[in-house]
Amino acid sequence: MSDARATTTRQRQPPLHDVHARLGGQMVDFEGWLMPVKYSGIVEEHHAVRRTAGIFDISHMGEIWVSGVQAADFLNWMLTNNVNALEVGQAQYTLMCNEGGGVIDDLYIYRLGTETFLLIVNASRTGPDALWLEEKLEAFGQKKNVTLKNVSAEYAAVAVQGPAVAGFINDAFRGSGLILVDRLTDLKKNEVDAFALGKHDVYVARTGYTGEDGFEIVAPVECIEAVWDRLLVAGESSGLKPCGLGARDTLRLEMGYPLYGHELNEQITPFEAGLGYFVKLDQGEFIGRTALAEQKEKKPTKRSAAFRMLGKGPPPRAEYTVWGKDEVWNTGDQSILGKVTSGTQSPTLGVGIGLAMVQAHYAKPGSRFEVNIRGKYLRAEVVRRPFYKRPD
Amino acid sequence: MSNIPDTLKYASSHEWLRVENDVGTVGITDHAQNELSDIVFVELPEVGKTLSAGESCAVVESVKSASDINAPATGEVIEINPALGDNPDLVNDDPYGEGWFFKMKVTGDPEGLMGATDYAEMIGES
Repeated sequence: MSDARATTTRQRQPPLHDVHARLGGQMVDFEGWLMPVKYSGIVEEHHAVRRTAGIFDISHMGEIWVSGVQAADFLNWMLTNNVNALEVGQAQYTLMCNEGGGVIDDLYIYRLGTETFLLIVNASRTGPDALWLEEKLEAFGQKKNVTLKNVSAEYAAVAVQGPAVAGFINDAFRGSGLILVDRLTDLKKNEVDAFALGKHDVYVARTGYTGEDGFEIVAPVECIEAVWDRLLVAGESSGLKPCGLGARDTLRLEMGYPLYGHELNEQITPFEAGLGYFVKLDQGEFIGRTALAEQKEKKPTKRSAAFRMLGKGPPPRAEYTVWGKDEVWNTGDQSILGKVTSGTQSPTLGVGIGLAMVQAHYAKPGSRFEVNIRGKYLRAEVVRRPFYKRPD
Repeated sequence: MSNIPDTLKYASSHEWLRVENDVGTVGITDHAQNELSDIVFVELPEVGKTLSAGESCAVVESVKSASDINAPATGEVIEINPALGDNPDLVNDDPYGEGWFFKMKVTGDPEGLMGATDYAEMIGES
């Protein structure tokens, strides 16, 4: 068995490091952060989130404040979704693109005041995002009216996800929100509020990356352990389990959600990634709009496809090649259609599932192709996202 | 703490070997199965194949990743564990028993393997 989990001295430890050690977390490198990949086991943690509740350290995520009289206008120029559609106390999934329409990052934006926004960005993209925003603010020409503050080192975050969460989370954060609601569970999906915890404000959004009901809590580093402990106590009798990044990945993949660096990068557009819903071409001018409008008109030539393996066998993994008979050239020969970008064995469905970037005409549900797994060509079928739908 | 039986030999790449009358049984250690967690697929070598010690000869897939298994000794594969096809989780449940991978006719004396004490020390559990 080859063990490739070397540790380096450049790794950053999350503020909850002592908590993970106490809970027996197996720590691995993730984008330069030493994070727990699992505690008891990925599948057990995965099922806990689908059936009851799980708590995740997501402190590696970055946080950037954007505020000022022109903050909304600036963000609307930077992002593909419509910031003006956000009321105070609402959150939105959105993308930041380059001029060619390639994705700089996918992120969540919280509107915490008329002129105050918090961006929740990917760990691996925090640096590039902050630079990109600064550079574009120069070009925007309103430096007096927009303030950017990368506070990623000062904030940490926790996600608590699963059908049982709404039953106990009010016990962890008592009292009313500072913006919107009388009690935390009055937040609707994609709403966000601030709650006082001692002398700190923590931000709680009804959002997540698992497909289950749940909340994400962004808090100053000084009080993140108190947040974690309160949630653990409140959820104990409901079966709340600490979960690592391993389960976070299988949960998001069952929903077909993208992960930056896999389904998204600066050469992939939102339309190619199947995220066209989050691109509002009619919201006014924004960076990448011209290229994206043109691509929408012409249709992308490659697309991200959700697929499941047919029959028993090893699960698909990122970088495996996808093969099929090329209808465009019609040579009759098998040729490479694209590559798997993420893959795993679905704990809920018990089959291999994945996302692949393939020639667009193969991305339709019902299409079949083959995945090269160590020299064997194993059949797969394209399906609709999500792979798994929560029973209502 | 991991289970590390005194009667077995261990490779630094976390395979175990039990030799009885020139027949070596191979599997992965309790520590390895615990690190991998949730094994979902095992790809085994073909019966009749001759392996060299240290050669990559099988693949074990957890939910998270695929890992190579190396032959702990030189010799010919004479039997594979048929139960792992339908129940790869036997490797998690019983790594030294029902979760064995394959048997090989061992040629010569296996070299470079550790006893239980040294293996425990290697994984930081001595």
